[in-house]
Amino acid sequence: MKNLKNLISLDLLKKGEKAVVRGFGKSAAGRIQLMELGLMSGTPLRLVKSAPLGDPLEIAFRGFHLSIRKDDARAVLVEKVAER
Amino acid sequence: MAKNGVARTNPVTASATISIGLIGNPNTGKTSLFNALTGLRHKVANYPGVTVEKKTGTFALGDGRKAEITDLPGLYSLNPKSSDEKIAVDALHGRLPSVEPLQAVVVVVDAGNLARNLFLVSQVLELNLPVVLALNMMDEIEKRGLTIDVGVLSERLGLPVVPIVARRRVGIDSLKDRLNEVLGQSRIPRYTAVEQAGKDLLDIMLPLREHLARQENFPSETAAMAAAIHQISTRVQPAPWEREEAGHPHFGPNEEILEKCRALLEGREVDWQGLETTLRYNWIDQILTGVIGEEEDAKLSPTEMADKLLTHRLAGPLIFLFVFGLIFQSIFSWAEMPMDFIEGGVAWTGEQAGSLIPPGMLHDLVVDGIIAGVGSVLVFLPQILLLFFFLALLEDSGYLARSAFMMDRLMRGIGLSGRAVIPLLSSFACAIPGIMATRTIPNWRERLVTIMIAPLMSCSARLPVYALMIAAFIPQVTFLGIFSLSGFVLLGMYLLGTLGAVTVAFIAQKLRNRRHPRPLSTFIMELPPYRRPSLRWAGVQVLDRARIFITQAGQIILAMSIVLWALAYFPRAEQNGEKAVPQLGQSYAGQIGKAIEPVIEPLGFDWKMGVALVTSFAAREVAVSTMATMYNVEEGEGETVSLRQAMRNDRDPITGKPIYTPLVAVAVMVFFVFACQCMSTVAIVKRETNSWLWPVLMIIYMTSLAYLLAFITYQGGRLLGFE
Repeated sequence: MKNLKNLISLDLLKKGEKAVVRGFGKSAAGRIQLMELGLMSGTPLRLVKSAPLGDPLEIAFRGFHLSIRKDDARAVLVEKVAER
Repeated sequence: MAKNGVARTNPVTASATISIGLIGNPNTGKTSLFNALTGLRHKVANYPGVTVEKKTGTFALGDGRKAEITDLPGLYSLNPKSSDEKIAVDALHGRLPSVEPLQAVVVVVDAGNLARNLFLVSQVLELNLPVVLALNMMDEIEKRGLTIDVGVLSERLGLPVVPIVARRRVGIDSLKDRLNEVLGQSRIPRYTAVEQAGKDLLDIMLPLREHLARQENFPSETAAMAAAIHQISTRVQPAPWEREEAGHPHFGPNEEILEKCRALLEGREVDWQGLETTLRYNWIDQILTGVIGEEEDAKLSPTEMADKLLTHRLAGPLIFLFVFGLIFQSIFSWAEMPMDFIEGGVAWTGEQAGSLIPPGMLHDLVVDGIIAGVGSVLVFLPQILLLFFFLALLEDSGYLARSAFMMDRLMRGIGLSGRAVIPLLSSFACAIPGIMATRTIPNWRERLVTIMIAPLMSCSARLPVYALMIAAFIPQVTFLGIFSLSGFVLLGMYLLGTLGAVTVAFIAQKLRNRRHPRPLSTFIMELPPYRRPSLRWAGVQVLDRARIFITQAGQIILAMSIVLWALAYFPRAEQNGEKAVPQLGQSYAGQIGKAIEPVIEPLGFDWKMGVALVTSFAAREVAVSTMATMYNVEEGEGETVSLRQAMRNDRDPITGKPIYTPLVAVAVMVFFVFACQCMSTVAIVKRETNSWLWPVLMIIYMTSLAYLLAFITYQGGRLLGFE
């Protein structure tokens, strides 16, 4: 984790933005579960949308969609991928 | 449990029945495959001691041998996170007494989601059991223009891979043939994910592996090493609440050895936290290289297109309400005919039985006790089954997950998640399917709270009581020409129950947090692609639920019906004399009604209402027929009209004041909103929690709430100057 400046937490992504996972914060309660589902360092993901009440979020990675609460997303560190 | 470190063997004998386990991720069509394999030859029960459903079925293998297949709970990984998942893992490890040691495993994977599905496969391979991989939903792959090199996949995994479309029963025979083959074969050593670590790292972890192997009987060295890696990756100091969670590993680690391994790994700059998943996904990437083409996710999938509308900020919740409105509408309109039919059938059966059995106690027991009592519950079966049918369609289509996604935020405030929404909404029709639908909630505490508050949602059996009280005592007043007072009162009762449920859940959350401070449950849930729901699958679901309700809850319902009948039947009234004494009035039920009159008097209830409270424990709507009997109103067409009149005209013999006033009527309704007047609910809670503790607690807390709030309503109303 060298360029810590470029890292933001997953919940700060905007709708439609793509990013790559770079690590997990300390208090990641669902970390093991997320990693088993294939969300780990280096995995590209996309924030699809947020639920009608703003929370939870829908993310897509490895070809499937997952609902994740902002609280859990906060512990996932990602690096934004610039749109081409 | 473990005697020594010797690996368990899986003898393939020529015995009559072969034991097979069916496992897979959720949403992979596992149940479709189970149905395709077994037809309708299956049975549903609970695993002993837990509330996890056990589904087993039989089918014939190619050579005529009989196979018994167990549909194990769906899971993403063999590191269990709930009691359901733990059952699956224990069954695979052969440490579940209720499941024969498995002789083979069928792993179902979603061909469109191979990478994630292979995580589970990588773990299953370490169990050293013969495995067949069922590559399901091949039709969707073809539609997306993808191809999978089944031959290469099979070769790399070292096991047979069978492409299937479980829903259309394509490839099932071929799957059975492959099963036949692996059963006869000796095992081929396979390259597993664990070996990805390389000898250096494996040597570091060897002490932990050996330590674990001394405590636990592992099927292979690889499995022991996998367990070691898993502990290194995930093991944290167990929190107090963690010990209670069913998914907690039951073998203790040696913290010292564990920390030493971690320190050595850190010395080699290995991120031990991600070790297990990294190894497994590296292995998966190698397996899949060249097997499946990279898919461009640039173009939107049909599912995402649909979600643009279905989970839209504004349209999503509106559609959700519309869908549920439609379901409720159909439940009430479609159920009407079969309900009339069942009512007629019950009456006919009563008559037939009545004419066969000579008059006397046995006659009355059978006709008035058993047939009428069970009939009063049976009448709701069409509604219950229709609701199950719709819930199965919603689940199968993928919409259930979306509704949980949309409603999660609302439920979080009371310590629940979006998954509780559907069970609670269903309970507005009937708490039985609502409570049974809580099986989709993986967190046990959350599930329990949902079960406990579900009966507070005003179900359809309360309607006859509300209707009688409103029609008899609520004045016909309208506001602004369209809003009637009756409508407001009825709506108020529904809101009151909902508010009660929310409050109880909120208090339950507070109670819990005081005892065990712990993070809130996570809500990491897959949003599966939309699929056309299978009517056949929904039908099988409905049949299973109906069978469970009739056989398991039915026994309790039957017993309670007989008790309630006896309370109203004994002691017998004197039949001679000028004026026959009304039987119900002087029976035990009547005596109870009179005995509790001082207790219920502060609620504004007289002893006749007390009798109705006793008898309506069978089902709430029985209160109406009890009142009709109490007032000696002839049953039949004009029943409710004359009952209304009789109740309005009832006067206190001493003061001459009316016994029932609008205020009393409201207090009665409030009581029925909260009281646990339903033996079916009690029976089903017993079944779903596998304990009498929760149903008894439910009766106590609901009755207390009912009493308290009816008391406040009546006394408060009197203070405000109402009569």
